[in-house]
Amino acid sequence: MADPMRIRASMSGDKVEVRVLMSHEMETGQRKDASGAVVPAHFIQNVTVTHGGKTVLSAQWGTSISKNPFMHFRFKGGKPGEKVTISWVDNKGDRRSDEAVISGG
Amino acid sequence: MNEKRRELLKAASGSGVLALAAAAGLIKPGDAFAQQWNKAAFDTKSFAATLKALGASGSTESAQIQITAPDIAENGAVVPITIESAIPKTDTIAILIEKNPNTLSADFDIPAGTDPFITTRIKMAETSNIYAVVKADGKYYHAAKEIKVTLGGCGG
Repeated sequence: MADPMRIRASMSGDKVEVRVLMSHEMETGQRKDASGAVVPAHFIQNVTVTHGGKTVLSAQWGTSISKNPFMHFRFKGGKPGEKVTISWVDNKGDRRSDEAVISGG
Repeated sequence: MNEKRRELLKAASGSGVLALAAAAGLIKPGDAFAQQWNKAAFDTKSFAATLKALGASGSTESAQIQITAPDIAENGAVVPITIESAIPKTDTIAILIEKNPNTLSADFDIPAGTDPFITTRIKMAETSNIYAVVKADGKYYHAAKEIKVTLGGCGG
C-alpha cells in the first residue's frame, strides 16, 4: 500500500479548491535499470474525486504523468466541514483512497 | 467438485448477474472502475492517431482553451501545466504530448459544477508541442503550445 495522499481542500468564494499530492513511482516502462533490464511500467490509471456521493472529477492517466502526481482543480457545491474523497487505482491493481475536510476560505 | 458452485460461477460470468450484484451493493462501483481505461487511446503514438482514438478527429482549433506552462522546461520529468477552457459545457480535457513515446498523457472528465480547469505535472521526453483537447457539447476543440525541454524525463 502506498503512502497517504496529501490533500488540501479549502473554500475560495463559492468554490472548493482541491490540491492533491499522491505518492506513486509512475514508472513509464521505458526506463532500464543498471543491468539493462527494462523496469516494468507501474503507474496510476484511474483517479476519482467524490464529494457528498457525487463524482466531482475523474481522470484516466497514462505513463507520462510525473512521479508523485500533483493535481489542482475546483468545484462548486461544497461547504466547510464536508469531506472530499480521492481514490486511485494503478495498472497492477493497487489502490488507495484518502479524504480531507474542506476548510473555510 | 461441487456442481452447484460450478453453475453459479458460470452464471455469474453473465453480465446480467453482475449488474444485479452491483445493484444489490455486492460489488462497489469502485471495483469496476479500473476497467474504464482507454487502452486504445493511451497506446497511440501520434497526435492524429490519438485524436482518432478519442473520437476527436474533426477537432477544430480554439482560442478559448488556454494552456499555461513554461516556455522552457529545465527538467522534462516534472513540467507543470494548467489547462483552462472557456468553452461552455466543457465535458472532458485531454493532455497530449506530441513527441512522447505515447502521445496521450491524461484525460479528465469534468462533471457539471466543476470548473473546466486542471493543473498537473507531466513528463516530456523532448521538446514538443503540447495539445489540450476539449470536448464540449459533443464537439471537439484543441489548442497547442510548444515547450522546449533541456533535459528529457523519460529515458533517464
